[in-house]
Amino acid sequence: MRRRRFWPWFWLALGAIYFFVPLLATGEFSLRAQRDAFSLLAYQRVLQDNQFISSFLFSLRMGILTILFGVLLIVPTTYWVHLRLPRLRPLVELLTLLPFVIPVIVLVFGLIRTYSSPPFRMTTTPATTDILLIGGYMVISLPYLYRSVDVGLRAMDVRSLTEAAQSLGAGWGTILFRVIMPNLRTAVLTGALLTLAIVIGELTLAQYLARPAFGPYMALLGQNRAYEPAALAIMSFGMTWAAMGLIYFLTRGQQAQIGGGH
Amino acid sequence: MAYLELHNLSKTFGGSGAVVDFDLAVERGEFVSFLGPSGCGKTTTLRMIAGFELPTSGQVTLDGKDLTTKPPNQRNVGMVFQSYALFPNMTVAKNVGFGLKVRGRPKDEVEGRVKEMLELIKMSHLEKRFPYQLSGGQQQRVALARALAIQPHVLLLDEPLSALDAKIRVELRAEIRRIQRELQITTVYVTHDQEEALSISDRVVVMNAGRMEQVGQPFEIYNFPRTEFVAGFVGTLNQLRVTVVEAASGRVAFADQSFLTSGPLEAGKGETVLAMLRPEELHFGVAPGENQLDGKVESVNFLGSLVRIQLSVGPAKVTLDALNERRLNLPRVGEMQTISFPPHAVWVMPAA
Repeated sequence: MRRRRFWPWFWLALGAIYFFVPLLATGEFSLRAQRDAFSLLAYQRVLQDNQFISSFLFSLRMGILTILFGVLLIVPTTYWVHLRLPRLRPLVELLTLLPFVIPVIVLVFGLIRTYSSPPFRMTTTPATTDILLIGGYMVISLPYLYRSVDVGLRAMDVRSLTEAAQSLGAGWGTILFRVIMPNLRTAVLTGALLTLAIVIGELTLAQYLARPAFGPYMALLGQNRAYEPAALAIMSFGMTWAAMGLIYFLTRGQQAQIGGGH
Repeated sequence: MAYLELHNLSKTFGGSGAVVDFDLAVERGEFVSFLGPSGCGKTTTLRMIAGFELPTSGQVTLDGKDLTTKPPNQRNVGMVFQSYALFPNMTVAKNVGFGLKVRGRPKDEVEGRVKEMLELIKMSHLEKRFPYQLSGGQQQRVALARALAIQPHVLLLDEPLSALDAKIRVELRAEIRRIQRELQITTVYVTHDQEEALSISDRVVVMNAGRMEQVGQPFEIYNFPRTEFVAGFVGTLNQLRVTVVEAASGRVAFADQSFLTSGPLEAGKGETVLAMLRPEELHFGVAPGENQLDGKVESVNFLGSLVRIQLSVGPAKVTLDALNERRLNLPRVGEMQTISFPPHAVWVMPAA
């Protein structure tokens, strides 16, 4: 009995040490900006930096646009594959995994090569470059968004729900926005927050497209400062946990629905 | 002209015929069931009426109008699914009102109709619940109310009771029939459960391998099956390979014994035919004017209201159903018993 109790706790403790020691060390280090005393000086400096705010807001905006267009692309496509082309599912799954195989650096050079010369000259103004950036982000976040939507669709009887709505007189728009989307709330939210996390931290795309995003700012800070990057790391960790808490809070009701509906 | 007509309806999936030459006329207010084993084409036929499948050939008409290629959302046909298919994000009331809301009906009308429908299924007190808070039987009643709320021309039910417990199944079956009679709605019901089809329908269509085997009232289907498949699929049946002794009187020989069938036979003397009779037509003991066979009791199954006894008569097995009563003396396994049955209970089909 005792033996069986001991080992699970041992592994749990080992895991906890593995995760929390670096975090605690980083946290401790971030408080050491002032000599001989703990202080929030590093945090203060980060938050006072105008570039921090502006680059964060820029990435947030890009992230939200990526989510918007990503959802509009992925949800109807995945829904259609589930409903009418179930045999294509393995192929679509493979396609959505490509961003894992193709390095972002290849993607960004490809984008620049294709869209910096006629007939598509898109790298000349910030606005058109942002379109390229969002396109690139959509590709990078594709596996995550697709997976969550796919899992969400698997959890419901897509065909029967569609046919029930059709027999009641609903057209495709009504079915998609009043029946399918509301039941994908958890899935879309999960995918959206993952996408946001990826976009906020992304470095390569924004760097090579020369846009003032949060990723390049963090990299720059990391190269030039000592205590501020640690403070940033702790802050982004906190934001991630806040986002996860948000998912949990917003989807509590729906988990029960999906769990109990079958 | 009948209200709902299916003319030579066929559907082919990748070369093989799922439904072949389906021809049926359903009258207004009639309750018709499609009965058959899985894969017999009954659901495909229903889905062609609903518009979810396009027939390879043939025509569907409703009240004289051609529906064959009309999309499902323009047919005004109510559909109930085996999996209930309630919208998980909507309350009971929202589910029931969905069809009317989609049609852009005013709020008062939608609310009034929802109330009426929930009264019909006796669930007014649960209007604010979500589907996951309801039992399977309740969910299916809501699905029925939702399908009926749009006042459909035809109500289609695709194995609606298959996912439910035996007791709820029988209750809900009676309820569906009550509501159908009350609203006088033309209904097509798909099931693989023969008891369900026989108990609920005005007429039953028995299907096998994409084809209609027989169409008729439940009594007719059960007692006068026209094909071997119908005879075997609907109810339990004794099929005995017998030899004709005298065609004019209908006498046949079976395992060194002989008995009379219901009338003169078409087959000649010495030919082998199949004699069929239902287990409930058999009883123990000797009765004047009836056929007798001697057999050995092989098994006794007590089923509640029925006792099912298997006997071996020569090389064949014969099943006898006795109604249960408290004074019944159950035969013992291994005993020799005499069983009797009237000649009119036996019908003959050519042996395959």
